Amino acid sequence: MKKELKIPRIKNGTVIDHIKAGNAIKVLHILGIPKKSTSVVSVAMNVKSKLGNKDIVKVENREIEHSEVNKIALIAPKATINIIRNYEVAKKYKVEIPDEIEGIVSCSNPTCISNANEPVKSRFKIISRDPPIIRCYYCEREPEDISERII
Amino acid sequence: MFCISFFLISMDFKGRDVISIKDFTKKEINYILEYTKKMLPYAKGEKYKDFLKGKVLSSLFFEPSTRTRLSFESAMNRLGGKVIGFSDPSGTSQKKGESLADTIKMADSYSDIIVIRHPQEGAARLAAEFAEAPVLNAGDGAGHHPTQCLLDLFTIKNEKKNIEKNNVILLGDLRYGRTVHSLAYALSLYGADLTLVSPNSLKLPKEVINECKNLGVDPVQTTNLEKAIKDADVLYVTRIQKERFPDAEEYNKVVGSYKINNELLKNAKKNLIVMHPLPRVVEIDPEVDKTSHALYFKQAFNGVPTRMALLSLSSGVTP
Repeated sequence: MKKELKIPRIKNGTVIDHIKAGNAIKVLHILGIPKKSTSVVSVAMNVKSKLGNKDIVKVENREIEHSEVNKIALIAPKATINIIRNYEVAKKYKVEIPDEIEGIVSCSNPTCISNANEPVKSRFKIISRDPPIIRCYYCEREPEDISERII
Repeated sequence: MFCISFFLISMDFKGRDVISIKDFTKKEINYILEYTKKMLPYAKGEKYKDFLKGKVLSSLFFEPSTRTRLSFESAMNRLGGKVIGFSDPSGTSQKKGESLADTIKMADSYSDIIVIRHPQEGAARLAAEFAEAPVLNAGDGAGHHPTQCLLDLFTIKNEKKNIEKNNVILLGDLRYGRTVHSLAYALSLYGADLTLVSPNSLKLPKEVINECKNLGVDPVQTTNLEKAIKDADVLYVTRIQKERFPDAEEYNKVVGSYKINNELLKNAKKNLIVMHPLPRVVEIDPEVDKTSHALYFKQAFNGVPTRMALLSLSSGVTP
């Protein structure tokens, strides 16, 4: 039986697959889509798969850089990136959590200097990748609600 | 001339920031403690050498301080340097909305070393990003107080001849007290036994306990001081800090939870030393001051040689 596609195939661009169900919008937010992009974006949420429900994002005519995509790793650690060229998968890779993240997550400590009106971005060191644990470069607090603290 | 100065230069202390005790290895801490010992006669005024002559220290205190600020100033003055700065930010451009980053850039251009105390955690780390001169953290909110930690370690080592073979009780506000956060880590680095005594609402944060565990020390947690004091070599008392509590009701529930007096100390070892970063309020009865256990005023004095050592090392000018 032919598998039914929830959203149409794209000719060129990027497909982000295996996003944890419910997190697609946060992924788009981190990648600056659509604010920093004019690409057509399709989102499918709660799609059934062998590993449980997932979200899928398709971005047309934009190849998302590897380093850029790693920013989403904290909230979508199992996501895979497919670069599509002329309807074919030209490249496929998994996201990797970087050693440090900057300007993506705000510190959970209200009296951390990174939450004050200072000319710095929030910075976190990655302490553990699975489960994700991050530590603020400034106050060393380890926020537990990472996905809620996406800037 | 110190025979150790050659080795210290090779350890590259010049220009080094002192933000957290965790930025230093045990070997480096040992060097600082040795250097501090050499500074004792200068701190007491028994010897004089103005080897920091021509150097200017910016002393930026955004929060009240007595001991830390005065001991830094005493250290700089006794070594021939000059001090500029403020002890109350209300008279500065911070009141006009100036960022800390801009204040630091300005102080950096006026001086050779910067000392900062600030109510927000991470402020000293931020200051170090914007300053070329070495930044010494004199306390950042509930974060770190590395110079206090170094003087505490120096006090223990000087009295007990070593740090590692001691059973140390950390008592009081272990949640908000920045001195105990730094000290718990440093004592674990040396492998000392730790006993944590606090009200349940003021326990040491899990991040700090995990760091102790990662260094091989599993602190004992209890609320029973009478029992814990029997085996202790060092009793490190801290004040319940009213200014760190989100509301007064929570503060009133725990203030006065523990009080050190001569009755309690009857159960302690004869050579137990009682330390306190000061100021104290009600946690140590003044009757303890006259006993051989009381070490807190000597500890406060040790701030001068410790800060002399840090000023000398970070400026790269040794006697």
